[in-house]
Amino acid sequence: MSEFILELKGITKTFPGVKALDDVYFKLKPGEIHALMGENGAGKSTFIKVITGVHAPDEGGEMYLDGQPVNFRNPKDAQKAGIAAIYQHVTCYPDLTVTENIFMGHEKIAKGTKRLLWREMHEEAGNLLKELGASFSPKTLMGALSVAEQQIVEIAKALSVNARIIIMDEPTAALTNNESEELYRIAEKLRDQGTSIIFISHRFEDMYRLASKVTVFRDSKYIGTWGVNEISNADLIVAMVGREITQLFPKKEAEIGEELLRVEGLGKTGYFADVSFTLRKGEILGLTGLVGAGRTEVCQAIFGAERADKGKIFYKGQELAVRNPLHAMKQGIGYLPEDRQKQGLVLSWEIGRNITLSSLEKMSKKGHINTRKEWDLAKRLAEKVSVKAKSVFDLASSLSGGNQQKVVFAKLLTADLDILILDEPTKGVDVGAKSAIYEIISDLACSGYGIILVSSEMPEIIGMCDRVAVMREGRITAFMDREGISQEAILRASMADADPQQDQQRWA
Amino acid sequence: MKNRGGQPVVVPAGSPGPTGSGQPAAATKKSLSASIAKFRELGLLAFIVILAVGVQFRNTSFLTWENLNDIATNTAILSILAVGMMLVIITRGIDLSIGATLALSGMIAALTVKEYPGLNPYVAVLLGVGIGIACGAVLGFLVSKINILPIIATLGMMNVFRGLTYEASGGKWVSAHQMPESFKAIATGKVLGINNLIFIAILIYIVAYYFVNHTRTGRQIYAVGSNPESAEVSGIKSGRILWLVYTIMGGLSGLAGVLWVAKFASAQGDTASGYELSVIAACVLGGVSIAGGSGKISGIILGSVLLGILNNALPMIDVSPFWQNWIQGMIILVAVLINAMVKRGIDRNNLMRRRI
Repeated sequence: MSEFILELKGITKTFPGVKALDDVYFKLKPGEIHALMGENGAGKSTFIKVITGVHAPDEGGEMYLDGQPVNFRNPKDAQKAGIAAIYQHVTCYPDLTVTENIFMGHEKIAKGTKRLLWREMHEEAGNLLKELGASFSPKTLMGALSVAEQQIVEIAKALSVNARIIIMDEPTAALTNNESEELYRIAEKLRDQGTSIIFISHRFEDMYRLASKVTVFRDSKYIGTWGVNEISNADLIVAMVGREITQLFPKKEAEIGEELLRVEGLGKTGYFADVSFTLRKGEILGLTGLVGAGRTEVCQAIFGAERADKGKIFYKGQELAVRNPLHAMKQGIGYLPEDRQKQGLVLSWEIGRNITLSSLEKMSKKGHINTRKEWDLAKRLAEKVSVKAKSVFDLASSLSGGNQQKVVFAKLLTADLDILILDEPTKGVDVGAKSAIYEIISDLACSGYGIILVSSEMPEIIGMCDRVAVMREGRITAFMDREGISQEAILRASMADADPQQDQQRWA
Repeated sequence: MKNRGGQPVVVPAGSPGPTGSGQPAAATKKSLSASIAKFRELGLLAFIVILAVGVQFRNTSFLTWENLNDIATNTAILSILAVGMMLVIITRGIDLSIGATLALSGMIAALTVKEYPGLNPYVAVLLGVGIGIACGAVLGFLVSKINILPIIATLGMMNVFRGLTYEASGGKWVSAHQMPESFKAIATGKVLGINNLIFIAILIYIVAYYFVNHTRTGRQIYAVGSNPESAEVSGIKSGRILWLVYTIMGGLSGLAGVLWVAKFASAQGDTASGYELSVIAACVLGGVSIAGGSGKISGIILGSVLLGILNNALPMIDVSPFWQNWIQGMIILVAVLINAMVKRGIDRNNLMRRRI
């Protein structure tokens, strides 16, 4: 018998063009709660998918269960081996009952007739829920439960297959403190019964409260494993962030002028609350935080793609009720969407037609489009943002990610805008093109645009922004100006209760 | 979360108010939206009763045994098809080809009995069902293996099947005098004093009820529609489930084809053209969500019955044919509107429970 219930050695996973995991190690003891930490995109989720058999790792790595080498071909294999995962976004069937959610894929059926044994399943589901301290009936519809309750159902599901290893991917992300406390209690109980738990979380509080070991990944690589008591909070943050800002940011000093936008107490039920900030002419305001903190939702509310329930937006001193994106564009607010292929471009069209798409009325008379004017404008703007293509008649789909993004920029520039909201403008763009995009952003700021830059990439935020607002769980938790920005400070503000000292006082 | 089992609950000083106070409010809201969801079916039933009573006042021959029997016979084929359509819609699909499948299998059954008048009518029924299953299996293949959108695949095959029907018949009708009595008796015969059509429909409903509620495969149909990605992760073979529902749909259409031709004693190229829309309407009225994942047997019974009653009652109280369509359309729209409002209410309640 091995000392470890699960051991991974030198696991690598390559997706076309990307190394999602690079030579990763992991050891899990029976009855241990092991925290797995790292930034967005550090490879944690891919790692989980390898363990649960969703992705097969590349050749060369080894995986041992109870000291025996294993090789999972599909999720079913991992399930049979006693590994269950509770994913970040609860993967449930909202239209079915709790009982069905628990037993989906391993229903109890009568021998011979293959009839489903509803009574037995309801009974066992009820017992599992009772064991976990839940008060709802197993006949409730899953969609009617709160996120915390759904999580309990997911745990019950893991228990119903007698899982020996339970992986929890950010289980507390959507929970309140009291709900998290309930989850901790359940996790501790499971641990005491001998179940091993891999716990992924961005909250230091979770780690200090539960885990005995912590493993850190960074940029798809294994950084190290420590006992939770052996490593200080500061060291842990350094381990997670670690990298130097090596890229060059051509940020020019822009003249910061009068106030363009003021947001007061903006809120939308279930997504964000109490969001207030101002944006000035020539300023680049960073909006950062972990994925799911509500950044995109805030931007879409300002742009009118979503409607906020509460709060006010002032534009150039006047209160503005944004009705829809067209209205926002007419006022002078532009939005560069996060997913350029889906929301920003018509891939099967020429570059030129993409650029002029949102401003056709300027080039048309009585509904008739002046084609020469259209292509002239497209050509001028494409040159301005230096799109690398033979001509504006090339298809947008033929461009690389970075050049596609430049086309989206050019499209924004056709309108008379004062404010640009850029949602992850360099996502999926290679380093060279990134630098070019930063230059465009910097130039735009110099020419008087007010820019809101939404980004998860810290070097980008630190290199480009005049001020930064950090969001966590739907609220702005910190503002920093250029002097006060550091990776550590941003990370601390974007993770809940990062300081365990202060935290213990609160919980005492 | 509530304080359960006497465990001490720590309330952090910084948390926005004790969460315990928010819980009962959320609980009552949950039961409210749940009761609205239940109320939906009761509401449909109440509406049917009110409609029946209202019509009865205007025309006393409405609630007579003969007329009710008439409604049931006329609704039988619609309700049989609604079972298959419900399964397809639950998987987030749709089948526009069933009118054409129905016509094709009805036509081939009719041509066969015309050629061999001595043929046992059961063989004709089996032949129709077999052709339907073949048609459905082709659709299922296109949808599940080639990944063609259901609306496109079934739209295309609808025309193919319709064309085959004309091809098989040479554009001619098979009319009453060309069919043997034994074949026409399929629709007029009785079992235990109940008309065959009604009997078959009831039988299919019992089997379908057992299938969707008490078998593993039946429940997996709901899982695939409710959350396809999750179904994949739970090890459900979604492709096979999709193939199965289209095949069942085809089989039922084939059965309906033979019943239809026997009932109206005529097989034509344009038989049941556009009928798929009535079937979809019956499902929607019965609360089957076009977004997939939900739908109940009891709902589609009520939906089919309501459509059947409207078809029967509106002419009886002298509503002009133009207004009949208008009224049916409005009722469907109102039903969908109520569905959407209930769903929005539930979603919103769930969001309110997420505290920020």
